[in-house]
Amino acid sequence: MTDTLTPRPSTRTVRRTTPASRRNRRRAAADAGLLVAAAAFVLPLAWVVLSALDPHASLRVKVPDGVTLDNFDAVLTPEITFTPLLNSLILCGGATLLTVVCAALAAYPLSRFRSRLNRPFLLTILFATSLPITAIMVPVYALFVRVNMIDTMQGTIFFFAASQLPFAIWLMKNFMDGVPKELEEAAWTDGASSFQSLLRIVLPLMGPGVAVVTVFSFVMMWGNFFVPFMLLLSPDQMPASVSINDFFGNRGMVAYGQLAAFSIVYSTPVVLLYVLISRRLGGGFALGGAVKG
Amino acid sequence: MTATAPGRAGPGVRKASAPPASGGRTGTVRRSLFRALPVSPAVVLLLLFLAGPIVYCVVIAFTDLQLTGQAQESFVGFDNFTRAFKDEAFLNAVWLTLVFTVLSSLIGQNTLGLALASLMQRASKPVRTLTGGIVVTAWVLPEVVAGFLLYAFFRREGTLNAVLDWLHLPTQNWLFTLPILAVSFANVWRGTAFSMLVYSAALNEIPKEVTEAAEVDGASGWRRMWHITLPMIRRSIGTNLMLNTLQTLSVFGLIWVMTRGGPSGKSQTLPLFMYEQAFQNSLIGYGTAVALLLLLIGSLFSVVYLRLLRTEV
Repeated sequence: MTDTLTPRPSTRTVRRTTPASRRNRRRAAADAGLLVAAAAFVLPLAWVVLSALDPHASLRVKVPDGVTLDNFDAVLTPEITFTPLLNSLILCGGATLLTVVCAALAAYPLSRFRSRLNRPFLLTILFATSLPITAIMVPVYALFVRVNMIDTMQGTIFFFAASQLPFAIWLMKNFMDGVPKELEEAAWTDGASSFQSLLRIVLPLMGPGVAVVTVFSFVMMWGNFFVPFMLLLSPDQMPASVSINDFFGNRGMVAYGQLAAFSIVYSTPVVLLYVLISRRLGGGFALGGAVKG
Repeated sequence: MTATAPGRAGPGVRKASAPPASGGRTGTVRRSLFRALPVSPAVVLLLLFLAGPIVYCVVIAFTDLQLTGQAQESFVGFDNFTRAFKDEAFLNAVWLTLVFTVLSSLIGQNTLGLALASLMQRASKPVRTLTGGIVVTAWVLPEVVAGFLLYAFFRREGTLNAVLDWLHLPTQNWLFTLPILAVSFANVWRGTAFSMLVYSAALNEIPKEVTEAAEVDGASGWRRMWHITLPMIRRSIGTNLMLNTLQTLSVFGLIWVMTRGGPSGKSQTLPLFMYEQAFQNSLIGYGTAVALLLLLIGSLFSVVYLRLLRTEV
């Protein structure tokens, strides 16, 4: 009743009317609940930031003994950081490019033309999006050994692209459905081929959609550990997701400060990319909606 | 033109406006093929690198293929499967996978995600932004980094014990005594953001009038949640549960970094068991049989998920 009449939460006036104070109380409770959750979630994150700056980092969150960039200095060498990051970039960049191009091409006929094959194809794609890729890594390894593609960048790129493709096609098709057909029809009557209209009209109009597919594919691959762990063998080809384990395995004493510094260097690109697209799409990230269909 | 041929014509089909094509029936066939052409790179890639391995998986799950020193593998029928169901380590892995999935996906991520999303509906903007940012950061971080952060958190000399100490509560060597609980919490930490985003989107779609009407009728918070909110977002709940479960079933890196599946198999879920059999014990055939079982479970969930989305394709 009066509830609908009181101004929305942005108001600063605390009136002593019952609904308003009830609302304030409820908001305070919600704030408190969220802050508790935030505190629990932030602890591990605080560790990585503080330890990276700490000359004597250990395993627990503590105020650093002094602020230093020595840890970053120590890890920012070609061998520890730059080569793995470059490998990650080649691997994920190549596979993302392949994924996005194939997905855009495939999405176009699915979105624009009616065919009785569309539905079965899309159902298969959707089915494939939810298959656990982890489960097929052992046979993929065996297959790659047999066809001599094990320990090759291109083999890993192809597999990455294939594993990401179902979801990319699905997302791309949904975004493409949002571009009105009428715009293209004008181009068609002017004699443009469908390839031209895809390139010149549809893709530019769905720029944010393409950005989401690109960034999402890249972020998924950048963080993927199991695929390169299985399909690549030689250390000089390893991406950062695998090479980070060397901090534990080969170097004896674990230098936690350096591990933390490396984690930050390795994670920053994907966090930034995420911020970039989530800003553009207004916080909620279209993914939630896209996943629902 | 022949765009109205049976089966092709549906509501909303564009008739005269398709790109110019040579007429006639052969023209139609050729045009359909031509139109389908852009799909082919994707199809080739999917067939070679996704369908291929799956078929290969089915084949070698029935062989005794090993990693080294074997001239030719031979067909062994269901041996790998009967062996698995007699193998205590396998049954242990099945049980742990179940515990891990129920704890971290069904209970943890799902409930916490819903709780956070509904609190966010009421919270003030700065708090909402801050919490959302922190939770989503945990989600965006690479899997291995998340693993390290939580390894540090749960270690005997790590942050959790420091906090417990400060609260005068008993401490433990979590990764040793309760590794499956530790990795489940790790998965909750990492995966809650997804549920939170899905539920936030779903809750935003509930018309304000509905909740307000219930409020006027004097329904308490819990009753509103149970009788109004939950039924209205049930489709999102189904979707979210499916996707969470599928994602959780295939977690490898997180557990690998935190515990390697140990100590003595106490956090060895099916993916880690599969890996150990295939590479530490060199039994590719056996490992693949386990992989096939995992794939079947995944497909089952996948089919249920498709049914949930049925109306939308």
